[in-house]
This record gives sequence, structure tokens and C-alpha cells, in this order.
Amino acid sequence: MLDRRELVARLLADRGDLLVVTGLGTATFDVAACGDHPLNFHLWSAMGSTAAVGLGLALARPDRRVAVITGDGDLLMGLGTLATIGVKQPANLSIVVLDNAHYAATGMQASHTAAGIDLAKTAEACRFAHVASLDDLAETAEMRKWLYGAVGPNFILARVASTKQPRVIPSRDGHAIKQRFLAASEAKQN
Amino acid sequence: MAEAPSAPPDAAAWPDHIHAIFRRTGVAQVGYVPDTGHARLIALCQQDNAIIDVVLTSEAEGPGLVLGAALGGRRAALLMQSSGVGNCINTFSLLRNCGIACVILVTMRGEFDDFNPWQVPMGSITEQTLKLAGFLTYRVEREEEVAEIVAAGCNMAFGGNLQVAILLAQRMIDRSTGHH
Repeated sequence: MLDRRELVARLLADRGDLLVVTGLGTATFDVAACGDHPLNFHLWSAMGSTAAVGLGLALARPDRRVAVITGDGDLLMGLGTLATIGVKQPANLSIVVLDNAHYAATGMQASHTAAGIDLAKTAEACRFAHVASLDDLAETAEMRKWLYGAVGPNFILARVASTKQPRVIPSRDGHAIKQRFLAASEAKQN
Repeated sequence: MAEAPSAPPDAAAWPDHIHAIFRRTGVAQVGYVPDTGHARLIALCQQDNAIIDVVLTSEAEGPGLVLGAALGGRRAALLMQSSGVGNCINTFSLLRNCGIACVILVTMRGEFDDFNPWQVPMGSITEQTLKLAGFLTYRVEREEEVAEIVAAGCNMAFGGNLQVAILLAQRMIDRSTGHH
């Protein structure tokens, strides 16, 4: 089982202009633990929506790479979005699922993946261009190639340990993080 | 949905008006779940290279898509049936939390001579649900009103980062899709 903080830190090292969207809860804390960044956008509500936000952003910014980093619980709540992404085939979108097989934020109850539900196979069935199940940090270099350059959509299922991590809490002001993100990503607004 | 015949050759022009307003307003993404009432508007968006159409598995995906588009500096709209509004209640929270402009066109069911009474529970609370979720709501009863109200709704939404829902009366939809 991977250390989620170490994995996320390796994936986001020297991230350049990568746009990152994170799901509410532990995935947001993992990304925040790498340091506050204006090209991070994190959701604090609407569980299940993170992949949809990544899709809308990837379609709006075909000139930029977009990474969704979220948990298994969030993805399960919006599982249909994998099929929606499969239809649109956004080449610049990658989804990283930190699968600890538990709902860490609510008391470590088992998630569906603990019973063997395989989200990587789901992504394959939904026509993701590259799909990997990650069990070894040594494979991170290859995964970075996907994140930063491979023609997507890409899907990385990282099997991470369910050990508790200290919470690193970024801003909860949605208006502020939106404005900061728009300015830092140089979005052309109409 | 499946019970409805396809639009007759003399199909109403209101979907064309809405599409033209989308073009004029710079709506760049349109999310939808297939729907009889919206069939022509969906087809117009699909054929338009300036609009990315996104077919959703559930309306619940829509607010996330709209937020993502906005983070990329693009305007987005959603097309759904009144039943779909119920699927979005929690995900609508994204739009208010972040001040995201959103225009939703809602085809009404369960409000006028609907053959399916199971549409009534959601159809009868659609407008109130939208209001509770923070939307400004406008009703369109007649075709002649469509262009004016949709244009005004788009101006309100995109001019002020507001959430606007425009409810298209079942009576009007049924007339234009040949239900009656």
C-alpha cells in the first residue's frame, strides 16, 4: 500500500502550469500538504462532482493539462461521470484516484472498493486511453508522463494505505479560490 | 421520453431562438440528458462547432461541468426536464458556493395533461426547489415569449454570476413536439 502524501508529492513535484482539481476531504488535504498553490481548485461540497468539474475545465482549456485528484468515495458517488468522460475523450484530462477503500472523513467505514469493486476496470470499460493500478512508488515516473503529456483521458488508480494523516486545510472561500485560479491560469473570460 | 413522436416538419422555432441566444451570449458548453422537449435544441448544439455538447448520465453531473467550464473562463448552460432538477439539489451548491453563472432550461413535466402521473410529485415542486437552491426562476408559457425571457435570463446570469432557471411550460412543449 502506498503512502498517499508521498505519492501526491511526487506526482505534483515541478508541476509547472498543471491545473489540479481535488475532491472534498482527504485528497484535498494531500494536495494542500504539498503547499498552497493558485492552480489548485478544491471542492468543499457536492460529493461526486470532482470528475465533472475536471471534465468541464479540460474541455474549456484544451491548451492546458488538467488533473483530478480524488478519493474512491467521491468517484463512486459520481461513477456515471467516467462514462461521460469516455464519450468526450478529453486528451488533456487525467484522473488520479487515491483508493484507500475507506471513507476516511467519516470514520473509516469500508467503501465499495474494499469488497473488490475495481475502479480501474470501470475506467477501462469507459474507454479511458491509459489506465493503471499503482501499487509501487517506483512507477510514479511513468505516471507523471501520463499526467503531464500522454493523450488522455488517463486514469490512475493508486492503492493507498488507510493510515490517518494530519489534516492540511486550504481556504474554504469558494469565491476567493475561483478568482485566484482564474487569474493564475490566465483564463480568457467572455 | 420514448413515447413521444419526433418533431414534425413544422416544428416550433423556439429552440432556434434559444440556440441563437447561446451563440450571441458566448455559451461554449451545453450539458444535457436526452429529452423530447429539448430534442431540437440539443441537435442544434451538437451541430454547432462553437458549442461543446456534453451528454450526461445524470443531471447531477451538470453543476460540476458548469463550474469546470467557468474555471476555464467559458460560459455554460444546462438543458433538463423538471425531474432532473431533483437530481441536482446537492450539486447545485457548487454554483452558489463559488458564484458561478449558470443558465438552466427546464422542460416541464407533470403540470398540464401529462399522461404519466408519476411526473407530478417532482414537476409540482420544481420551481420551488430551484428557488430554494438559489436560482432566479422565470416561466415561459408561450412561444412568443421565449426569445425575450431567455435573453434576459442569460444577461442576468452571465452579467452577475447568478444562477437562472427558465421553465418552459409543458403546454408549450407539447404543442411544439406534437403531443397534442
